[in-house]
Amino acid sequence: MSVTVSIPTPLRSFTGGQDAVVLNGETVGEVIDGLLATHTGLKRHLMQDDGRLRNFVNLYLNDTDIRQLDSTDTPVREGDTLTIVPSIAGGRPAVATELPKLSHAEVLRYSRHLLLPEVGVEGQRKLKAARVLTIGAGGLGSPLSLYLAAAGVGTIGIVDFDVVDLTNLQRQIVHGTSTLGQPKLESAKARLTDLNPNLNVESHETRLSAENALDIIREYDIVVDGTDNFPTRYLVNDACVLLDKPNVYGSIFRFEGQASVFYAKEGPCYRCLYSEPPPPGLVPSCAEGGVLGVLPGIIGSIQALETIKLIIGAGDTLIGRLVLFDALKLRFRELKLRKDPSCPICGENPTIKELIDYEAFCGIGAVPEYQGPEVVAEQLKQEVDEKGDDLVVIDVREPHEWDIAHIEGARLIPLGQLPDRLGELDGHAEIVTYCHKGVRSMKALEILRGAGFGRVRSLAGGVDAWANRVEPGMARY
Amino acid sequence: MTLRLPDELLHEIRRHGEAAYPAECCGAMAGRLDGTGVKEVVRLAPAVNRRTDDPHRYLIAPEDLRRLEAELRAEGLEIVGYYHSHPDHPAVPSGFDTEHAWPWYSYLIVRVERGRGLEAASWTLDDEQPLMRPEPLEVLSEV
Repeated sequence: MSVTVSIPTPLRSFTGGQDAVVLNGETVGEVIDGLLATHTGLKRHLMQDDGRLRNFVNLYLNDTDIRQLDSTDTPVREGDTLTIVPSIAGGRPAVATELPKLSHAEVLRYSRHLLLPEVGVEGQRKLKAARVLTIGAGGLGSPLSLYLAAAGVGTIGIVDFDVVDLTNLQRQIVHGTSTLGQPKLESAKARLTDLNPNLNVESHETRLSAENALDIIREYDIVVDGTDNFPTRYLVNDACVLLDKPNVYGSIFRFEGQASVFYAKEGPCYRCLYSEPPPPGLVPSCAEGGVLGVLPGIIGSIQALETIKLIIGAGDTLIGRLVLFDALKLRFRELKLRKDPSCPICGENPTIKELIDYEAFCGIGAVPEYQGPEVVAEQLKQEVDEKGDDLVVIDVREPHEWDIAHIEGARLIPLGQLPDRLGELDGHAEIVTYCHKGVRSMKALEILRGAGFGRVRSLAGGVDAWANRVEPGMARY
Repeated sequence: MTLRLPDELLHEIRRHGEAAYPAECCGAMAGRLDGTGVKEVVRLAPAVNRRTDDPHRYLIAPEDLRRLEAELRAEGLEIVGYYHSHPDHPAVPSGFDTEHAWPWYSYLIVRVERGRGLEAASWTLDDEQPLMRPEPLEVLSEV
């Protein structure tokens, strides 16, 4: 069927000035597809990212709005006219409250922002008025709080209860060698207010829990999640959905990271993406698996960027999109996220109406972990000296961990290879397994016991305890 | 492009904004292209704001626009842009304005502060990005 599509004035620059285009198709949808295929510039103005018509684009088949017909499935007849009619909409921003003014010193400090029309004085005043809560002052919390402080966010709340440790400093750049052993909140506050004395830091020295999350989060406009565990991630998500707050999400592992903005009011939430947590222990933490120090710098900076965009209302945020970053390949990928209509918290019939027990939800503590016999480091040392080769010591860590430090005389069989390499072991031998801190070693024990090995024990506290108590010259990590 | 409009029409927009205060007014600007990159506004077509749920939003319904376009065609005019007021807010586009903007059209915003119509500025959508750029506004005063 040949149909005339009438093009409104504002879109004629995309059709070479023509006010009408003749196209073939059986349905309205086919005609529109044909139009977009020949005049690709129109796509941005007519369609949403998900391929549907933008809500202020109206199509009239002859004189009838296609929404009153079969929408894009409406069949067309020879000689029909399809007219694109804009709805014209707009309005001033909804923020009715008075924004704080900028001092002369602040105008100077933020001059590079004020030069950007997308920020300008108004955007900078919005930043000053903003209240942002960051969960965690660690790998992600460091860069994001530094950039938010530098950008002029007026109030930053931080939830953390940890102290600065030497292993943190490879990536947690808000802290320093001079603040080792201090509470992270104190260390971060000192650095952030040095960077920007106009900043108001609100410290919450506590573990975020179902009991306190709503009261803490309620006081903020935006939440930035820099946590490294599933119970807290679900807790932050649910609290944000219940309180209608955007949740700027980031996560990192080894060389890979993810970021998105979960905002149930306008798009999907974390549960729409991951309805169930992984089984406990399946996904290792950064403390177990390692993380490249610069990776949280990249993901945390994306979180800071998204937070600032949400505050000033510029650009396209990550609502409805998940960015995946691979540091080794230096590649960003993007996944479209959809709101799940059956989501238990933000769907059409929510079943979660208040915060729940997140540890139990994530299976932590619910199933008792395998608990086999252990040997302490000093005892193992004595037995190694006495028994020599009669005692088989197996290191179940990865080869790169072995290279950092290992117990003299031990054999390396990474946990993942153990089930296939049982044949290398003497079933009657006395065996001690160890890992970094004792968790993987217990899993190895479970495998060995299950395979019939009777005389097996695990080194309590792993090679870390050995280095601490038996061999002080050994490297720790 | 430049938007050119007579002083009296700008006054008319301000009066419309004052009358609608504290809600927003909206309307279309009808005119012609003079062939040198100037959009010349000949008359205004005040529209009914179809958004009654929120005083800080406006919406011109597509049926109203279709009717208006037919009327203007008969007069040899076309819609060159739209105007609306920002009650107690600067004459700069909001995120919502930008999100709903169409290319080519001029979007004239007039600030209405405590019921008084003040400065106006015209904006157009950037060709590449979802951003509004200021557009030269020429106000012709009668001598």
